[in-house]
Amino acid sequence: MIMLPMLRRALFAALFILPALPAHAEVAFQQITSPKGISAWLVEDYSVPIVTIRFSFMGGTSQDPEGKEGLANLMTYMFDEGAGDLTSEPFQIALDTAGAEMGFAADLDAVHGSMRMLADQRDESLALLKLAIESPRFDVEAVDRMRDMALSDLIAAAQDPSTEANRLWTETLYGDHPYARPIAGTVETVTALTPDDLRAFHKAMFARDNLYVGIVGAISADEAAATLDLLFGNLPQQPDLTPVSDIVPTYGQSLKIDYDLPQTAIYLAYPGIKRDDPDFLAASLMNQILGGDSFTSRLTAELREKRGLTYNIGSSLQTFEHADALIIGTATRTTEALAIIEDVVAEMATNGPTEAELAAVKKYAIGSYAINELASSSTIARTLVGLQMKGLGINYVSDRTRQIEAITLDQVKAVAARLLGTKPTVLMLGPKS
Amino acid sequence: MTFRTMLALATTIALAAPALAQDAVQGDTAAIEHFALDNGLEVVVIPDHRAPIVTHMVWYKVGSADEAPGKSGIAHFFEHLMFKGTAKHPGGELDRVVYELGGTGNAFTSYDYTAYYQIVPPEALATMMDFEADRMRGLILSEDVIGAERDVVLEERRMRIEGSPQALLGEETSATLFQNHPYRIPTIGWMHEMEQLNRADAVAFYDQYYAPNNAILVVAGDVDPADVRTLAEASYGLVPRGPTLPPRIRPSEPEHNTARTVTLSDPRVGIASFSRSWVVPSYRSAEPGEAEALDLLSEILGGGMRSRFYQQIVVKSGIGSNAGAGYNGGSYDASQFAIYGAPQSGKTLADVETAVDAQVALLIKDGVTPEELDAAKARFVRSLIFARDAQEGLANLYGSVLATGGTIEDIDAWPDRIRAVTPEQVQAVAAKYLDPSIAVTSYLLPSPTGAQ
Repeated sequence: MIMLPMLRRALFAALFILPALPAHAEVAFQQITSPKGISAWLVEDYSVPIVTIRFSFMGGTSQDPEGKEGLANLMTYMFDEGAGDLTSEPFQIALDTAGAEMGFAADLDAVHGSMRMLADQRDESLALLKLAIESPRFDVEAVDRMRDMALSDLIAAAQDPSTEANRLWTETLYGDHPYARPIAGTVETVTALTPDDLRAFHKAMFARDNLYVGIVGAISADEAAATLDLLFGNLPQQPDLTPVSDIVPTYGQSLKIDYDLPQTAIYLAYPGIKRDDPDFLAASLMNQILGGDSFTSRLTAELREKRGLTYNIGSSLQTFEHADALIIGTATRTTEALAIIEDVVAEMATNGPTEAELAAVKKYAIGSYAINELASSSTIARTLVGLQMKGLGINYVSDRTRQIEAITLDQVKAVAARLLGTKPTVLMLGPKS
Repeated sequence: MTFRTMLALATTIALAAPALAQDAVQGDTAAIEHFALDNGLEVVVIPDHRAPIVTHMVWYKVGSADEAPGKSGIAHFFEHLMFKGTAKHPGGELDRVVYELGGTGNAFTSYDYTAYYQIVPPEALATMMDFEADRMRGLILSEDVIGAERDVVLEERRMRIEGSPQALLGEETSATLFQNHPYRIPTIGWMHEMEQLNRADAVAFYDQYYAPNNAILVVAGDVDPADVRTLAEASYGLVPRGPTLPPRIRPSEPEHNTARTVTLSDPRVGIASFSRSWVVPSYRSAEPGEAEALDLLSEILGGGMRSRFYQQIVVKSGIGSNAGAGYNGGSYDASQFAIYGAPQSGKTLADVETAVDAQVALLIKDGVTPEELDAAKARFVRSLIFARDAQEGLANLYGSVLATGGTIEDIDAWPDRIRAVTPEQVQAVAAKYLDPSIAVTSYLLPSPTGAQ
């Protein structure tokens, strides 16, 4: 069994409240612990009569057994296909009558679930979510139908050159690590999946020790705590997960897929940085200056604004549970863009950002938090779960401002040299050049 | 990744704004302020005090369907040019200021409107108003910025349209469905016309359409309406009224008398699919009750897992891997209604096409049950409560309805109008509009030679 990083904080016997943001309106994070000892973060808000809950079980597609790739993905199709005594159709009618929206999805590291419900139909909605979490049926007829749907998706994507490009990219970066396996599986592996596979997988992954929960909306702390026990109180304490090793992606490779397309897609992978690395925030500021989420980044300025070579270019830090990378991506009519990207990166690696760039990005990083992370119930719930999964404390938001302000230009220069000094792995998908 | 523009591509058939989220504020519409400045700028304020965020949007009542012949793409190209700077604020300054505020900003163009927005802390509202008011009449356009930005929009077309078989087919479908109305022309423009767009086109477009009396200001967020009025008068209020615009009368559709087919084969397509489309009225152009009935018809036929298509064609008979329907009633002139499907493995495209048609014919013949109509109404009305959760979505709703000829009262009354629809009305619009002999059918097929 894998030892997950100790992300969860000590359990609090009593509820306590810690306001997270100053300014006009306030979004106050609370940590709650249920009578059975399940903890979660909560934001109470009664201005709209809805409740949103989001939860993640660590595990995800990297837990797919070899030869059963696509299992986690297929499982996420099944939670509204019958649970408890209700087969598929009665379950869906009940969900529709309750007016609740339920969703599940899997990524490399976790299976995520969510429900958005009307406050005055909360009990009916939660009763259905409890059934879905605790006792999904995985009936043969429903599994067959959803498997056919998953197979249709695979067949539909099979001829698209981006499917092949994605396979080549992940296999080059991750070798034989589980991260290289196809998230949706292959026609062969998905065809072979059985209801028993789904049952075993659900049993192994849905437990209390690998669970993170965020709740937002018209619900009190006591009601939210009771909800935790209702939904998750009957799950086993410990999951039964297969250990997944950390992996350093392979850099310095050059990949090319020739296909007659109107543009060439270009991706570059540089080393990334772990979320708990002391230089993580410095790296994230550096990434923002290089190619982050605004029109002011260096890559956007050089390729789009000055040269009109692309509509869209950006960079991002990928921080998975077991691997990290800094990815740059764009689509362009000419491969001359690649040399310009590499020049922009080399300049950043050698000289780092300017004082003015650092001052501006600090303001952005501090000011953007509410807008990016707290704009709706669903976004807040996602933030609450994400912060817990990253092992950050409930006072993270206020701490974060202080930490960002303390970052020096030398720190950012050092982390730029560290990440961007490596020869990247490059993938190009497009016409022969 | 950054996107300056999000084209509201008309090829996307979905429950768009008016269908999804009208009257999202039922219960506290009293809190919404609606007024006009002396220069004709219409202002809507939607208070939302849940987080320290404000969404500031300016909507211009001009879109691609208002373009002059031969100038396709100018509305969207111009949207890009609006970021190129004024005498007071050089190009790039707005982006930089929004960035340092931790905000986000962008713009989008559709057939009927063009909108610009920033989402920022409430303290920054006055600054944003100064920027938007300044570029409403003060834009400076040089030949240099025109050339570089035209390259960007040509790359945008390559990325969004040329690189996607689905998008190319959608463009051809609209061009076939609308025989005369400019909704047949893609909002991003035809490539050969986009390449010719120039500074004179941009300046003419700007002078004609960008003025307070052709614009709507929407402010949603952690603000006080009285403060918004004061700030708006001190910024937008100083912009002079532009020339009075003539009524938006576009070329109209002739009677449709033929069934037409559009086919695209591409080696990247793995599974064949089809759609069938009709021109139907929008909320603005429909007889009373018809647009509401079309919304409910699309929901009952193909709106999700409880729909007839999904239950009968995907679940019970296993013919389709998916099947659905969509109606977007939010356009200024006519709208589209579409049905679509793709076969399950072992079934053919003809199988699923036949099954979808049979469901439409059955509904036209026997109508809908009161129970399924009630369930569809409940889904629509509750989606409005959920819509109140997203400030930006609410701002979009009010802006898009007002920019396409609707009123705040239309938004307020929408749930009651949905509740009033009868089974007979749903059956009647199905019989009236979903006539296979005048539909456009689109096929997306794998290439006969297979992959490259």
